[in-house]
Amino acid sequence: MRIENLAINKNGFAFDPTTGETFTLNDTAREIIEDLAKGIDEKEIAKKLSKEYEVTEEEAFNDVLDFKEKLKLYGLLS
Amino acid sequence: MAKKTYEKPTIIKVESSHSKAGVPMPKQKIRKTIGGVNIDEMVDKFGSPLFIFDEKAIREKYRRAYEAFSSRYPNVQFGWSYKTNYLKAVCAVFHQEGAIAEVVSEFEYEKARELGIDGKDIIYNGPFKPYESLVTAAKEGAKIHIDTFDEINDLEKVADELGLEIPVAIRLNMDTGIYPQWSRFGFNIESGQAMDAVKRIRAGGKLRLTGLHAHIGTFMLDANAYKIETAKMVRFMNEVEEKVGFTIEYIDVGGGFASKNHLKGIYQPPEVVVPTIDDYAEAITSALYENLKGNSYPKLYLETGRHLIDEAGYLVTSVVASKTLPDSRRSYIVDAGVNLLYTYFWYKFNIELTREVSGISEPAMINGPLCMNIDVIDESILLPRLKRGDKLVISPVGAYNVTQWMQFIRYRPRVLMVTEDGNVEIIREKEDLSDIEKREILPEKLKLK
Ligand SMILES: Cc1ncc(COP(=O)(O)O)c(C=O)c1O
Repeated sequence: MRIENLAINKNGFAFDPTTGETFTLNDTAREIIEDLAKGIDEKEIAKKLSKEYEVTEEEAFNDVLDFKEKLKLYGLLS
Repeated sequence: MAKKTYEKPTIIKVESSHSKAGVPMPKQKIRKTIGGVNIDEMVDKFGSPLFIFDEKAIREKYRRAYEAFSSRYPNVQFGWSYKTNYLKAVCAVFHQEGAIAEVVSEFEYEKARELGIDGKDIIYNGPFKPYESLVTAAKEGAKIHIDTFDEINDLEKVADELGLEIPVAIRLNMDTGIYPQWSRFGFNIESGQAMDAVKRIRAGGKLRLTGLHAHIGTFMLDANAYKIETAKMVRFMNEVEEKVGFTIEYIDVGGGFASKNHLKGIYQPPEVVVPTIDDYAEAITSALYENLKGNSYPKLYLETGRHLIDEAGYLVTSVVASKTLPDSRRSYIVDAGVNLLYTYFWYKFNIELTREVSGISEPAMINGPLCMNIDVIDESILLPRLKRGDKLVISPVGAYNVTQWMQFIRYRPRVLMVTEDGNVEIIREKEDLSDIEKREILPEKLKLK
C-alpha cells in the first residue's frame, strides 16, 4: 500500500517517494487516504464523512469506493 | 456543530499530458439563465433533459442579418430553411420577422402551408419532388427550383395538366474554390450543363425561367466563396438574358453561413475563424454590384439556416451517474446523448454548469444514456467533481438537432421557448409510448393476450 508512504502537505499536494510522482488532491481525498492507511473500512469512512460533511452516508460510500478505484489505477493501492 | 460543505474526493496525478488538470478550472463556465429565466427552475418544473430556445436571441440574430444585407442591397429577402429547425414556434418567429419559407420536400411544404404560409411565399428546393407535390406547388404559385432534367420533364407535364406557363428557377453548381464542391445538386455552370438546361426549358416552351439558385455548402468559413458564387451567378444571368431572352427576377445564393460553433479538428475558437455576417454580406453584395449590368437589381434571396438559429438553442442535461474509467478518466453519464445531438459528429460544444462547483477539476468524458460506445458528448473536458442531478448546459444546438434527432432507445424530451417577455412556453411536448406505437400494427395472430 503505497498510500502509507505518501507525503501530503496542506496545500493539496502529495508526493510518492517510491516513484517520485506527485498528485494534487482535495481535503476529502486526504482524509480518505489517511483513513485507508489506518486500515479503516470503506463503510466506516463513509459514516465519518457523513457526520463531518453535508453528505449522505450512501453518497459518501459510493464516493469512497470510486476513489479507491482511482487510487488503484494510479498504483497507490493494490 | 454545523457540517462542512462536501467536496467529492479528487486526486489527480500531475503529468505533462494532463498538465492542465489538477488546478482549479481557470474560470468555470457557468450559465444560470437562458433568456433571463433561471435554468434550474425550468428543469424543476419541466424535467430533464430539455431543449430551450431563446426567442429574443432568434429575433436579434435575424434582424442583424437582415440589416447587414438590406443596408447594402435593399432588394433582399430571407427564406427560412425548414430543415434546419422546423418546430412551428421557431418557424413562426422567423415568419413574423419577415422571412418566407424554404423547403426541400413535400413534407416540409405541407408544414409551411399548415403554418399559414402562402404557396407564393415558399421556395421549393430539393433533389426529389414527387409529381403530385409539383402539381400543388405550381397551382399555389410556389418558387420551384429545378434540380434535374427529369424534373423539367415533370414540370412540363404539370404545365400541360394545369394549362399554365409555370415560372421556375434552376439550381446551379459551380467551383467556388472550396472543398468539397457540392456538385451533386442542380446543373453545372462550367461544363455548360446549366446553359443546356436553360435552352432545354426555352425549347419546351411551357416553363418560364425567372430565377437562379445555388447552395454551395454549409458552415462555410470562407466568405470569399460567396463572392465567387454570386459573381458566377450574375454573369450566368447576364448570359441567359442576352442569349436566351428570359428575364431573371431573382438570384438565390442559398445558405451555409457558419454559426459560432466549434468545428472538431479546428484548433482556433469560432470567434477567430467564423466570418461575421457583414463579411458574408459584403462578399455577396459587392459581387452583385460588380457584375450586374444596367439598372436591373434582381431580388436577392438567402436561405440562411444554422447561422440564424444555432446559438439560440440550448440542451440542458443532468448528471445521472459517474464512474472512474480504467484509463483513470471520469465518465459522467447524463440523460441526453447523441440521439438528441446529431451535430455532435461535427461540433465540440460549449458546456457550462448552472452552479459554481468548488474543488479541483479532473479530466472527464461525458456520455449519453444510450447503450452504445459512440454515445459521447464530450471526449475530454476538465470538470470539477459533479454530483447526481448537476446540470450541464450544452450549446449551440439550435440548428439541425431538433430535426435530425432520433427516437432511439429513449423518448425525445420537451422543447421550451423562453419568450421575449420572459415567459416559458412548451413548444413541443415530450414523447410517450403512444407517439411511437401510433403507427405500428400488430397482426391479430401475433397478439399475446
Ligand atoms: C438548399 C439549401 N438551402 C439552405 C440550406 C441551409 O443551410 P445552412 O444551415 O448551412 O445555412 C441548406 C442546407 O443543407 C440547403 O440544402
